[in-house]
Amino acid sequence: TEDNVKKDLSEYKGVWVFAEQREGKLMPVVIELLGEAKKLAAEIGTDVSAVLCGDEVGALTHELFAYGADKVYQAVHPELKNYRTDAYTKVIQEAINQYKPEIILLGATHIGRDLGPCLAVRCDTGLTADCTKLEIDPDDKKIRQTRPAFGGNLMATIICPNHRPQMSTVRPGVMDKAEYVAGREGVAIRLNVSFDEDEIRTKIIKIVKEAGELASLTDAEFIVSGGMGLGNPEGFELLKKLAEKLGGTIGSSRACVDSGWIDHSYQVGQTGTTVKPKIYFACGISGAIQHLAGMQSSDYIIAINKNENAPIFEVADYGIVGDLYEVIPAILEQL
Amino acid sequence: MKILVCVKQVPDTNEVKIDPVKGTLIREGVPSILNPDDANALEAALAIKDNDPTVKVSVLTMGPPQACEMLRECLSMGADDAYLLSDRAFGGADTWSTSNTLAAGIRKIGDLDIIFAGRQAIDGDTAQVGPQTAQRLDIPVVTYVQNVEIDGDKVIVQRQMEDGYELIEVKTPCLLTAVKELNEPRYMSIYDIVDACSKEITIWGHEDIKLSPENCGLKASPTQVFRSFTPPTKGKGEMLNGTAAEMSKSLVSKLKGLHVI
Ligand SMILES: Cc1cc2nc3c(=O)[nH]c(=O)nc-3n(C[C@H](O)[C@H](O)[C@H](O)COP(=O)(O)OP(=O)(O)OC[C@H]3O[C@@H](n4cnc5c(N)ncnc54)[C@H](O)[C@@H]3O)c2cc1C
Ligand SMILES: Cc1cc2nc3c(=O)[nH]c(=O)nc-3n(C[C@H](O)[C@H](O)[C@H](O)COP(=O)(O)OP(=O)(O)OC[C@H]3O[C@@H](n4cnc5c(N)ncnc54)[C@H](O)[C@@H]3O)c2cc1C
Repeated sequence: TEDNVKKDLSEYKGVWVFAEQREGKLMPVVIELLGEAKKLAAEIGTDVSAVLCGDEVGALTHELFAYGADKVYQAVHPELKNYRTDAYTKVIQEAINQYKPEIILLGATHIGRDLGPCLAVRCDTGLTADCTKLEIDPDDKKIRQTRPAFGGNLMATIICPNHRPQMSTVRPGVMDKAEYVAGREGVAIRLNVSFDEDEIRTKIIKIVKEAGELASLTDAEFIVSGGMGLGNPEGFELLKKLAEKLGGTIGSSRACVDSGWIDHSYQVGQTGTTVKPKIYFACGISGAIQHLAGMQSSDYIIAINKNENAPIFEVADYGIVGDLYEVIPAILEQL
Repeated sequence: MKILVCVKQVPDTNEVKIDPVKGTLIREGVPSILNPDDANALEAALAIKDNDPTVKVSVLTMGPPQACEMLRECLSMGADDAYLLSDRAFGGADTWSTSNTLAAGIRKIGDLDIIFAGRQAIDGDTAQVGPQTAQRLDIPVVTYVQNVEIDGDKVIVQRQMEDGYELIEVKTPCLLTAVKELNEPRYMSIYDIVDACSKEITIWGHEDIKLSPENCGLKASPTQVFRSFTPPTKGKGEMLNGTAAEMSKSLVSKLKGLHVI
């Protein structure tokens, strides 16, 4: 770290977003990161850039401009088509060394949580994991990064005062999306990309898709979630009726996923997906802290539970004590 | 083949209580356990050893002297030997410092084919230490590993993704981080518990692993905890009354009144 102390921190400028793409599509979290980056950049008085890696990046560059990126750093190479740790780490580290961003945000996806830590060590700086809130300190303009730890039991605000860039991975589904402005333009900057033989030390043999419903959960305006109170996996059929009537989707507690009732991609919570729909129905869900961590910022929470002391009622805007098999059909009748 | 598993002793976060006034953890009476993902990592290593008894499995932790308890547990599950990196200078480490210290310990142990870690520890919850340790050792890393097959000096792993998995080939030496889907960890056997008592735990401080106090622990950590607090809960709303039909009717009319449906 002795080198670091000598780093001139004032050379580091601008907020960067890692524009994670898969199969040529931006991940939804990238739009959320751009929304957040805009806010942070406005407070510091700087601009927003996206770093985009892939084998073909033209269309995505325009999309990033439309979502508010002032600059897009493009790394284009056949080896960058799919994410691989060594390839992406090398390219982005070089870009960081050359252009010196002050802040870098990455989505806390399975890719962002692999890339972020590698970059942080290579750039000799800190990384705050899985942030749910970012703020600029009004006095020193440094970033304050708030994140859950201890299984959601504790929130910690982390700072990285003496190292640059300041880096965070950000939990998908938490930040507000950037606005899309059709035709908005920016500056595209090509990065030099080359790889030595054997420099990329992993090989992808194949990519297997098992479920593709994730996006629908983070984007849903209405979510009807079920827990162990359903009693059996068929209970989700009833929830589906309500979800479909509202134009939303179903969700689940982890206990149902662990019981094999429903796929993990439906799980809401600390180790599942974070959601913030207009209405979240929690049906037969007790309200464990790890579940609350993933749905507490929904606009309206409606809890249906047999047990009037269930902790889920503590966060519910409307609570209904009763058997979900009586209450849900009755709600369906009213709609 | 030599395999090392990085293991961390953590408070059982299911049992953690928070002091609502001070916003700090009440650690008293909270049991310390082997981090769940690390149990999967150790199981993966032991399963490789089951197939090939010439494989040696070591475990490594950085932590206070109490972590010996957890190391004994790992030895009782079947690990051959254990290393504890323990020093006041290591305290207060963020993941930058933790990975720096672990990497120094691993270099001293030397000559490893596969290093396993857990994906994530249930206290810090960052999932950063595995990939960062690999970077420091300059070996390839695959995170979120849900299946492992050994094929000579190659390892074929499934890397879990949000919507499926990638099948990845990587050469040894490499570092893999385990998720819970990887396997079912075994229990300690009575035979092994007895046997474990005779196994050695090597304890090293900063001088043993040639790390200056400036490069470990709180001092070297780029991140700092500025403050910690209990998550604000959304206040309790309104409990509806009446029969199922009455409550449903009142719910729907309230939601319509709020223009959310
Ligand atoms: C590290 C860690 C991470 C975790 N991550 C998550 C996560 O991401 N998401 C998550 O959900 N959990 C998570 N959990 C698990 C969590 O702690 C709880 O165990 C889980 O959420 C409980 O699920 P549940 O509410 O469905 O079941 P239960 O706690 O069993 O609750 C069932 C509820 O249904 C009610 N009920 C029963 N019958 C009826 C009926 N007919 N009508 C109405 N109500 C009825 C009961 O009163 C009860 O409240 C995690 C745990 C750990 C340790
Ligand atoms: C409230 C709170 C918030 C924090 N937030 C951050 C943060 O955002 N960024 C940051 O850099 N640090 C943070 N830290 C510090 C971090 O918890 C410590 O650095 C810790 O030593 C390692 O991180 P972890 O628990 O997240 O482990 P993870 O990275 O989640 O652990 C992954 C795997 O690495 C291995 N491993 C981890 N620690 C050890 C160990 N001591 N010995 C052996 N193997 C180990 C295990 O195999 C483990 O399964 C935070 C600490 C607290 C208390």
